[in-house]
Amino acid sequence: MHPVIILVAQRLGLGLILLFAASALIFGLTEVLPGDAAQAILGQAATAENLANLRAEMGLDQPAISRYFQWLGGIVTGDLGNALTNKLPIADQVSRRMSATLFLAFWAAIISVPLAILLGLIAVRYQNRWPDKLISGVTLASISLPEFMIAYILVFFFAVKLFWAPSFASVSPGMPLLEQLHAISLPVAVLTLVVLAHMMRMTRAAILNVMQSAYIETAELKGLTTFTVIRKHAFPNAIAPIVNVVMINLAYLVVGVVVVEVVFAYPGMGQYLVDAVVKRDVPVVLACGVIFAAVYIILNIVADVVSILANPRLRHPK
Amino acid sequence: MTTPLLQVRGLKIGATVYPPGEKPHDIEIVHGVDFDVEAGKVLGLIGESGAGKSTIGLASMAYGRGGVELTGGEVMVNGRDVLQSNLRDIRKLRGAEVTYVSQSAAASFNPAKRIMEQVIEAAVLQGKFSKSDAEDRARALFDKLGLPDPDHIGNRYPHQVSGGQLQRCMTALALCPEPDLVVFDEPTTALDVTTQIDVLKAIKDAIRDTGVAALYITHDLAVVAQVADHIMVLRQGEMVEYGTTDQIINAPQEEYTQALVSVRSITHEEKQPTEPVLRVENITARYAGTKFDVLHNVSVDLSPGQTLAVVGESGSGKSTLARVITGLLPPRDGAITFAGRTLSPDQPSRSLEDLRELQMIYQMADTAMNPRQTVGTIIGRPLEFYFGLKGKEKQQRIQELLDEIELGEGFQDRYPAELSGGQKQRVCIARALAAKPKLIICDEVTSALDPLVADGILKLLLNLQRVEDVAYLFITHDLATVRAIADSIAVMYQGRVQRYGTKSEVLTPPFDDYTDLLLSSVPEMKLGWLEEVIAHRKMESAGN
Repeated sequence: MHPVIILVAQRLGLGLILLFAASALIFGLTEVLPGDAAQAILGQAATAENLANLRAEMGLDQPAISRYFQWLGGIVTGDLGNALTNKLPIADQVSRRMSATLFLAFWAAIISVPLAILLGLIAVRYQNRWPDKLISGVTLASISLPEFMIAYILVFFFAVKLFWAPSFASVSPGMPLLEQLHAISLPVAVLTLVVLAHMMRMTRAAILNVMQSAYIETAELKGLTTFTVIRKHAFPNAIAPIVNVVMINLAYLVVGVVVVEVVFAYPGMGQYLVDAVVKRDVPVVLACGVIFAAVYIILNIVADVVSILANPRLRHPK
Repeated sequence: MTTPLLQVRGLKIGATVYPPGEKPHDIEIVHGVDFDVEAGKVLGLIGESGAGKSTIGLASMAYGRGGVELTGGEVMVNGRDVLQSNLRDIRKLRGAEVTYVSQSAAASFNPAKRIMEQVIEAAVLQGKFSKSDAEDRARALFDKLGLPDPDHIGNRYPHQVSGGQLQRCMTALALCPEPDLVVFDEPTTALDVTTQIDVLKAIKDAIRDTGVAALYITHDLAVVAQVADHIMVLRQGEMVEYGTTDQIINAPQEEYTQALVSVRSITHEEKQPTEPVLRVENITARYAGTKFDVLHNVSVDLSPGQTLAVVGESGSGKSTLARVITGLLPPRDGAITFAGRTLSPDQPSRSLEDLRELQMIYQMADTAMNPRQTVGTIIGRPLEFYFGLKGKEKQQRIQELLDEIELGEGFQDRYPAELSGGQKQRVCIARALAAKPKLIICDEVTSALDPLVADGILKLLLNLQRVEDVAYLFITHDLATVRAIADSIAVMYQGRVQRYGTKSEVLTPPFDDYTDLLLSSVPEMKLGWLEEVIAHRKMESAGN
């Protein structure tokens, strides 16, 4: 069999194992938290008797191991259980929230990834000259500021002063695409600024590393312009590290948007998770945790697979 | 008289150096060099490392490697001074009028792109040929350079062809745009001696058939004698001597050139075998996770105080044998007896005495020493470890060892970075000697050194052998070295001992085909040697 297929299959297998481990960890952590769902529901009205009854009703009196496997079985079959607060199936909520989060992440990624790589290439081309320093300085500043800070600064200028964009990113299903984009323009801008620096700096470092190679000298001695050398000879050899950092940032766009969603009151997964934590809605927290873990693991597998495919020695064995 | 293709006048080249503990400052590395290359002629640039050969070669393309700057003089290519040209004009020159073949094709090809794409890139980009014409031309060049399957080899990736083949591909890359001048920078130095001949012949024929002019840079006078019309000898950035190849080889004027030309000045009386200190019996070994043996039934003996040379091309199993003897790679079968004791197959279970009496010196002295330790610390470590020496006693012994390797006072507090290549290798020798070993394994210890420096190291090793009565297992691909120092020789080929005996036995005909190939492949310093050898060959090199 082709070695690439074996390597990719190994990565997928490892990802699956990792996902199970993550689910166990998340479940374990919610177990060790003080109090449980029964206590959360009853609140002030919790007497020992009430608690025991409710626990029996919800199956909370069973040992943790059997509850874990019940829960896991549900996830595998697509049943995330019901929320405690409104008794509605979590799966419905999650699919609506997830598509909103993905919508936001998608547009942030579409803008930030090509922009980061382009800026990285430009920084290499003008290494240690003013364009490089400007790019590095601005992106560093944007990554150093807390994201809520950036968010409020943007809201202040573009929503309050200039009226260019709404400060609340309220999107409803029936809206035309352009209006939706207008609604999410500020959160997308914040997310772009937050993830740009990391990707741009990694692109710059990875390409500069490759620029030390002898084959770059060969390319220069062919009379190629510096930008052609970077684009045609350096970039293809720097793909693996760049893809890795891009995937980590994409994962952040999906998983780490809690703050931005809260600031702009955007109905995504982040909001959902925060609400659930506040209301001690353990099943929802569990579901969100597993989904976030899955997003991380899947994107990292994608990065691994791309790295494998980008390596000509693996793609074309002797 | 026509203007020469390349005319260099008063070329000065500078660089910024960053010595440890001092402020960075500018130095001059080439001090005003003049030479011409006529159209269709080959000029050999020869000298030791640091002579400025490559720097001068790259200056013909207005290129300075790293922090190198072309500070003065004229470099006229086709009547234009490239040092005065702007970057746009220089780019038109590079890859079109002047092209470059580097020492390591393996590093100089982009691993992510197919060979063909890289070979034709400059020709197409510079507008010399259309893509399909360039591809036809590349295939014709692959054929001319003797590459297998010339119609399809261009579809492969660089890692899919051998080192010798890749070096020919690099030559095709340089010749594809029909340049006027090709700079060959040590194009065969990294190759095995048997492969070197084929590549050298291919390059020579290609130069002749295409009528291109060439600058041929090398440290090996015997190699350049086969291809050059004229030779310029360089030393420390200055010209020592310039003349026709015939004159430089047969009637050198300057003392330095004479030293380069003279055959190794080492004399060594061959000793007869006695009761061996090291006995290797029927060793078969393979690396973990692989499915084939890299050593098959290897048996050799080494007498005390003598030298056994293990020779062969890369991949023949020479270094693997050293790994087995030192216990780094436990063999699958066979036994090793050392100083009358049977050695345990793996290194961790060997006694301190076994470890002490069996030392090793490596090819790259640079990477074999901790750059953050002083010479005194490096040599002192085995003295502490094996003999428990401390304080004044240790200092005294370190100085004795430094005297033995002819470095003398004032070296104890220096760091490896402050030493020359030869001095570093001497420190490594002293470190091995500090353990008072019975056997030192020398793995290509002179391969990375310039010929004259290597000579000094070999003389030192022979002297030490006389004084300390230490045996050497000397791994090398350099047959001139073997002739100079060996008492017995094992010729290895594809993991087997092909021929084994005393030096005079092994080097006396009749030879088996492989030994014949190996011996005849060592470049000789005479004109027309290359053609003679090719005409008399019986077999092809394995690494070809």
